[in-house]
Amino acid sequence: MKSAMRLRKAGPGKKAFILLVQCGLTAYALLILYPLFHMVMSSLKSPRDIMLDAFSLPQRVSWDNYALVWSGKGFGGYFLNSLLITGGSMLLVVLLGSMAAFGLARYKFRGNTLLSLLFLSGLMLPLKAAVIPLFQIVKGMGLMDNPLSLLLVFTAMGLPSTVFILCGFMKTIPSSLEQAARMDGCNDLRIYRQIILPMSAPSIALVTIYNAVPIWNDFFFPLVFIQSDRLKTLPVGLSSFIGQHATQWDLLFTGLSIAILPMLALYLAMSRYFIQGMTAGAVK
Amino acid sequence: MIKASDGKKAAWITFFVLPGAAVVFVFILLPLFMSLFNSLFDWNQLIRGEFVGLENFHKLFNGYPYRQRFINALGNNLKWFVVSMLVQNTLGLLFGYALSRRIAGRGAYIRILFIPVLFSLIAVGSLWGLYLKPKGMVNNLLILLGRPDLRRAWLGDGAIATYALIAVNIWRWVGFPTLVFMSAVDNVPEGCVEAAYLDGAGEWRIFLKIVLPLIVPAIAIVSVLTVVGSLNVFEQVYTMAGLDGPPNYATDTIGTLFYRTAFGSVDSGAPEIGVGSAIAVVIYLMTFVISLISIRLAKSKEVEL
Repeated sequence: MKSAMRLRKAGPGKKAFILLVQCGLTAYALLILYPLFHMVMSSLKSPRDIMLDAFSLPQRVSWDNYALVWSGKGFGGYFLNSLLITGGSMLLVVLLGSMAAFGLARYKFRGNTLLSLLFLSGLMLPLKAAVIPLFQIVKGMGLMDNPLSLLLVFTAMGLPSTVFILCGFMKTIPSSLEQAARMDGCNDLRIYRQIILPMSAPSIALVTIYNAVPIWNDFFFPLVFIQSDRLKTLPVGLSSFIGQHATQWDLLFTGLSIAILPMLALYLAMSRYFIQGMTAGAVK
Repeated sequence: MIKASDGKKAAWITFFVLPGAAVVFVFILLPLFMSLFNSLFDWNQLIRGEFVGLENFHKLFNGYPYRQRFINALGNNLKWFVVSMLVQNTLGLLFGYALSRRIAGRGAYIRILFIPVLFSLIAVGSLWGLYLKPKGMVNNLLILLGRPDLRRAWLGDGAIATYALIAVNIWRWVGFPTLVFMSAVDNVPEGCVEAAYLDGAGEWRIFLKIVLPLIVPAIAIVSVLTVVGSLNVFEQVYTMAGLDGPPNYATDTIGTLFYRTAFGSVDSGAPEIGVGSAIAVVIYLMTFVISLISIRLAKSKEVEL
């Protein structure tokens, strides 16, 4: 349904409705952009400036906070850990997820429904409620205080939605393409790699942004599974600035600005595919 | 569909599906059964004792202080669900409908709507914690608007603290139902709407009689995700209020209660794996039953074209 909501020929009721929604959306957009602006501005201020007036613009732009947080407070290390863990998990999520989706979408076999239900159950089951058994499993595997534990848990966290979305998309790809490739002597792996995977690119962009953000921001599982300071991720490092009595606001805002930057870049770079994927019936 | 000899086909299916299925089985499905198993035993810290049947559930539902805490937390989860359904999803439907009808500024709005999800919960917690302080921005804004009488200690007043947390969560998540509803309304066939226009139906009637019945599946998806989200509230409370759900358990939820029980600070201060697992089982059961009811309800109201 794409008929434009034009003001022309609109009755007074409709005009009022459009105006109301416009005001609502504009107010909400400001409500989103202000905290982002506030956060970055505060990271450029000295602690004294923040104490004097938390909401003013910086008197003098200073990058000292960034230098201190990045090297002095070990955020360079946290950043690298987060990057490796998020990147590694996403690689596994997209690889294993697209393979499973290909298997479920393109083959008819007994047990297909059961396996689809296994992945679907992961969409509903709250992983945090499973923290006690997860602790037992990770401990049993000898992976406590090992980044591999996070890699596996995050992969499990991302797989259900990935399989669900990619499977729905791959089912819409016409099988004639596949048959033609088979005539040319392609085996199943090449069909997956050279036909289905490239065609699924917009959906893969959608699942990447959909899963990378919660994994990048998660601080529940690193809190439970990681003890060594050198293995900590950004969100856990950030919580160290929040004190029981005094919070180091200038450093906290600097850390938060560092943490949001990669996700903001990824999101804006992929937003076109993300929106396409969302509107192309990924959630029908 | 692929046709090949059976043995070869089975090998390919195993190759493609098994690795992902194994990870999901070990880290999502297995913990469900382990929670069930763990909840039936007595635990001394991390060491499993003897089989006690439903003793842990009995303790959760009848023993002090679990019973009081559990009912209180469950009530707060219910608040999360009801308010999110009413405010977040209605707002999402309104925004999504307007965006689908190509309201001016559409592209920019869609991109901005998802930015709050990019914030980590620590960022959300510290920024909004700052704004909601007694001398914070929200109260200053109220003075500016000439309504100083509306000022509150948003997070310090037990009567409204949960609602303040929910409001912040709605701020963060409104983009999601908006996009789901937008794509659903986009998929309503234009012919149906045109025909109704020609018959002289007004915008409101078209929305109510044509669009709404056709987007029931989207409403079902959003409802189920709201149920799951409301039962899983944890970080929002942890980062903005605290693990104990202050003030005086006013913001406590099943998630925070579960965490305190499992990692120790409710009764004896020691981890209570038995009762903790019982809480996890209750969370699983509620998620499952309520989701099933939502899907059934949606199915019965669904209209096929």
